[in-house]
Amino acid sequence: MEIFDLTIHELHGKLKAKEVSAVEATGAMLARIEAVEPKVGSFITVTPEQALADAEAADRRIAAGEADVLTGIPLALKDIFLTEGIRTTCGSRMLHNFIPPYSATSWERLRERGAVLLGKLNQDEFAMGSSNESSAFGICRNPWDLTRIPGGSSGGSAAAIAARQAIATLGTDTGGSIRQPASHCGCVGLKPTYGRVSRYGVIAYASSLDQVGPLTRDVTDCAIMLGAVAGHDPKDSTSVDTPVPDYVAALSGDIKGLRIGLPGEYFIAGLDPDVQAAMDRAIENYRRLGAEFVDISLPHTDYAVATYYLIATAEASSNLARYDGVRFGHRSPQAGGLIEMMTRSRSEGFGAEVKRRIMLGTYALSSGYYDAYYLKAQKVRTLIMQDFIQAFEGVDVILTPVAPTPAFRIGEKVNDPLQMYLSDIFTIPVNLAGTCAIAVPAGLSASGLPIGMQLIGKPFGEETILRAAHAFEQATEWHTKRAPL
Amino acid sequence: MNITVADVEQVARLARLELGPDEKGLFAGQMDAILGYVNKLKELDTDGILPTSHAVPMENAFREDRACPAIGVEKALANAPDRVNSFYRVPKVIE
Repeated sequence: MEIFDLTIHELHGKLKAKEVSAVEATGAMLARIEAVEPKVGSFITVTPEQALADAEAADRRIAAGEADVLTGIPLALKDIFLTEGIRTTCGSRMLHNFIPPYSATSWERLRERGAVLLGKLNQDEFAMGSSNESSAFGICRNPWDLTRIPGGSSGGSAAAIAARQAIATLGTDTGGSIRQPASHCGCVGLKPTYGRVSRYGVIAYASSLDQVGPLTRDVTDCAIMLGAVAGHDPKDSTSVDTPVPDYVAALSGDIKGLRIGLPGEYFIAGLDPDVQAAMDRAIENYRRLGAEFVDISLPHTDYAVATYYLIATAEASSNLARYDGVRFGHRSPQAGGLIEMMTRSRSEGFGAEVKRRIMLGTYALSSGYYDAYYLKAQKVRTLIMQDFIQAFEGVDVILTPVAPTPAFRIGEKVNDPLQMYLSDIFTIPVNLAGTCAIAVPAGLSASGLPIGMQLIGKPFGEETILRAAHAFEQATEWHTKRAPL
Repeated sequence: MNITVADVEQVARLARLELGPDEKGLFAGQMDAILGYVNKLKELDTDGILPTSHAVPMENAFREDRACPAIGVEKALANAPDRVNSFYRVPKVIE
């Protein structure tokens, strides 16, 4: 087994036993990135100097006997996380030259533990997309089938795991942007409860929905990464001040008596047969492990995508108003007056999907339409939240597919935004309800594409979904399958 | 729904975006389809339902009223497209 095939906990064992140094491990990852990056396109920026400097510092810590589980572990970040002194583009031409003056809290926390930064990962522009095709920095391909999308918006974060270009990564999830690419690339991805992880230094898309979370090779790594980034941050007023449990300790393997809900609204006629078969097998597995199944209803599921595309676009139109060419980012070189400068800078800096969402959000918030669209969507959001509250009165966890189909082909949905939006139908309700969910590898399609299972938990119920995901993982072999790259 | 090119032009003005002729037509059609889809929310009776702006109930978070170090002028201006001394420079606002 190569170094780049290892998990965090496996590599930590080798670093601690001095079988390999952090500099050697980092060198192996950089060589792997160089070898496969021309095929995959997971990265926007690779940072070899930073990585080797981080690795040397990690080796000193290890030599001093101060190694933490993350010390010397080569990671990569979605290019939405501010990294002081390292260009951060958010996948947009608008920020092609932006060097952040400070770092995101989540990255600071990983750094303090001695993690190594390999680089910044490809993504949909401003995290708007389900296929990574809206990136201004080139195409990112699914390592399992290079003609297919890796998912989005954290496409690079998932592809880098599948292509073994990073041991673990961070992404963000506003409507499924961690879970859907994790599912399409056969890795583990967790969207924490809103407020569990600080959003400070994470470029904003839709502030009431955005959350930071890990993408990893297995559930243990996911628990390690979540434990490292979770917790209150005075710099994010929406981060919640509740204690961070020991997520690794929660992985007991025991799920006897766990009540799992199956929502009828997620097991619909249009579900891909391979996805349905994978879910049936997962249910069978859980039965053998001692879980109980309960049929439940989330009656407003069918309204979630419509609700999301009003709330998220409205918040985006407001958040993206800051890109005016005045203080940072792209400024159009040829503009007479101030308004013309702002308008031209925005028109040149933003790509089509970002413009489309700003337009939709501006429309939904504009005079005469506010009540009919934005306020209406906020009310339906209440109904969707209530669906989950009621369902969780009778169950501990809800099991669903992550996506209705495996990864689609590059270009397949690019001209039909509504079809693209509908591919997030099973992940969006979780963001609207503000609760947590994990995507876990649960099968391969007939053509060899990964299929993910989603486990949705109660607010701040990350320990329960991690335990349930871990028990499934231990009973199956899907997480050991490797993309043929 | 019937989103016209004129509607698109009006929204683009509000959003400080300049769209090309092809883009205007394309966006009119796409926004029409998307807004047509989201109109399904009208099927739901939401009388008496309170709107949700945040999933987690929270109050304003206050910090101690005490001066803290900031990033400083040079760092703040490091990404400025144009500057003069300690200011951002922009095109003339008033003739």
